Amino acid sequence: MIDLLAPLHYDFMQRAFVAAFVVGALCSGMGTYVVLRKLSFIGDGLAHASFAGIVIAYIRGASYWSGAAIATILTALAIGFVHRRARVSLDTAIGVLFTAAFALGIFLMSRLPRSGVDLSNYLFGDILGVGPNDLLYVVVLGVAVALVVGALWRPLLYTSFDPVVAQAAGVRVWFSDYALLVVLAVTIIVSVQLVGIVLVAALLVTPAAAAALLTKRFVRMMLLSGAFGIVSSVGGLYASWWLRASSGATIVLSATLLFFAALAISAARGRAPRGTGRRARLAMRDVERDDLF
Amino acid sequence: MTGTLAVEVHGLAVRYDRVVALDGVDFSLPRGTALGIVGPNGSGKSTLLKAIAGLVPPSQGVVRVQGRAPRDLAPGTIGYVPQIEDVDWHFPVTVRDVVAMGRYPRLGPFARLSAHDRSAVARAIAALDLQALADRHISELSGGQQQRTFVARAIAQEPALLLLDEPTTGVDAATEDALLTLVRGLVADGLPVVMTTHDLDRAAEWFDRLVVVDRRILADGKPDEVLASGAYAGIREHTHTHGHLR
Repeated sequence: MIDLLAPLHYDFMQRAFVAAFVVGALCSGMGTYVVLRKLSFIGDGLAHASFAGIVIAYIRGASYWSGAAIATILTALAIGFVHRRARVSLDTAIGVLFTAAFALGIFLMSRLPRSGVDLSNYLFGDILGVGPNDLLYVVVLGVAVALVVGALWRPLLYTSFDPVVAQAAGVRVWFSDYALLVVLAVTIIVSVQLVGIVLVAALLVTPAAAAALLTKRFVRMMLLSGAFGIVSSVGGLYASWWLRASSGATIVLSATLLFFAALAISAARGRAPRGTGRRARLAMRDVERDDLF
Repeated sequence: MTGTLAVEVHGLAVRYDRVVALDGVDFSLPRGTALGIVGPNGSGKSTLLKAIAGLVPPSQGVVRVQGRAPRDLAPGTIGYVPQIEDVDWHFPVTVRDVVAMGRYPRLGPFARLSAHDRSAVARAIAALDLQALADRHISELSGGQQQRTFVARAIAQEPALLLLDEPTTGVDAATEDALLTLVRGLVADGLPVVMTTHDLDRAAEWFDRLVVVDRRILADGKPDEVLASGAYAGIREHTHTHGHLR
């Protein structure tokens, strides 16, 4: 008889499941803003930017967390600054800055003597390597992000929908924009350990894109996206144990599966509106975009 | 003393790169007055509203709303309805959600909508006759209904100054009449309103004062006086030959 709870007999798997739950909820909840603001590119961008910080932290003997946090948050702020001040489109600002940070990481790594540590773990994620300390960071940062979004969800919603009128009405649009970028950066730092730099964007975009197909209300979209994210990450991790496959890849493919299920339901209802159709195509483009590495 | 005026504009110039949109604009507006702004396309009407709203910085001169720079105002002071709402019509919000956004600027972190907030939203929805549409998604609205939704959001905000950028362009006659009645009612209650329009024929019904703008102010006075003056004739000619309608 098969023991369905077999994966839970191991400490490292227990930690992995908790991390998967937090990251799934976090990424997909934040993904709502990413999809609605059409920022799909940013998940990829900030994740790649974290790599420079990870390599520098490794060289200096510092922790993954400090390196990734500094590099990712600085890149997020720089993207916002360049976009606001230099009249460069956000896509362009992201494209210029994240490739620079990623290239810096590759450059530094290529000059390192060969050693026992394989930094490429970060490219594809290593959820089974989540230690007790890492788990503490994941949970604390996850709660912090949830608190910030809980406090700011209204200005974030207003400035996502109609930034011009929001600004005229006295909403601090710049603050919302920077806060969103920083919170996204933290989300990505937490998630890179789980699914890796290359696949983070999928967890950020795919559950939210699936939710957008099924509801026309913002709060429902966020809750549904969160549920999809948790099901994909926890379910994907569980499936990867039995399939003996990469956990990051299995998690992303689970999310993709849910996305197509949502697409089928939405098509059966006969209401795949044009806009969400376009969002859907954008989302799939991102899912298939592991070509950057 | 200056704080008693709703809007004061002194020597306002706005330039976009090298293009001069406004130059040497002066006017002031007391409370409870509806000011109409007319002028040909590209005359700087919308830019003037945006400058008052704090959306474009003055290249020269000053803009004061209730005696302060627009950016220093308390949240919720200025209600603004742009000419073209450049929003994603598939964004997951209903009419009621959009109108409720009018309350957001005044809400602190974690705050929920209070009874007063909800009542302001309900009154704005009723004032624009949107009750039957309140739970519709915004993509399921006609152009006139969309316009009413955004006016309702501005009203729900309970602003101290209302700025309307061509709210009657592209809406049906019934909507226009409803907007007129609404605006006159708000003005009677003391709200200052600044509105741009192309419709000179009904200017006397809408406004207490009319300003003719073509980069600078060409005329400023009671609507019938301004319309009788030469400034209006030149503009009308210009407007008609350069496309009255968008």
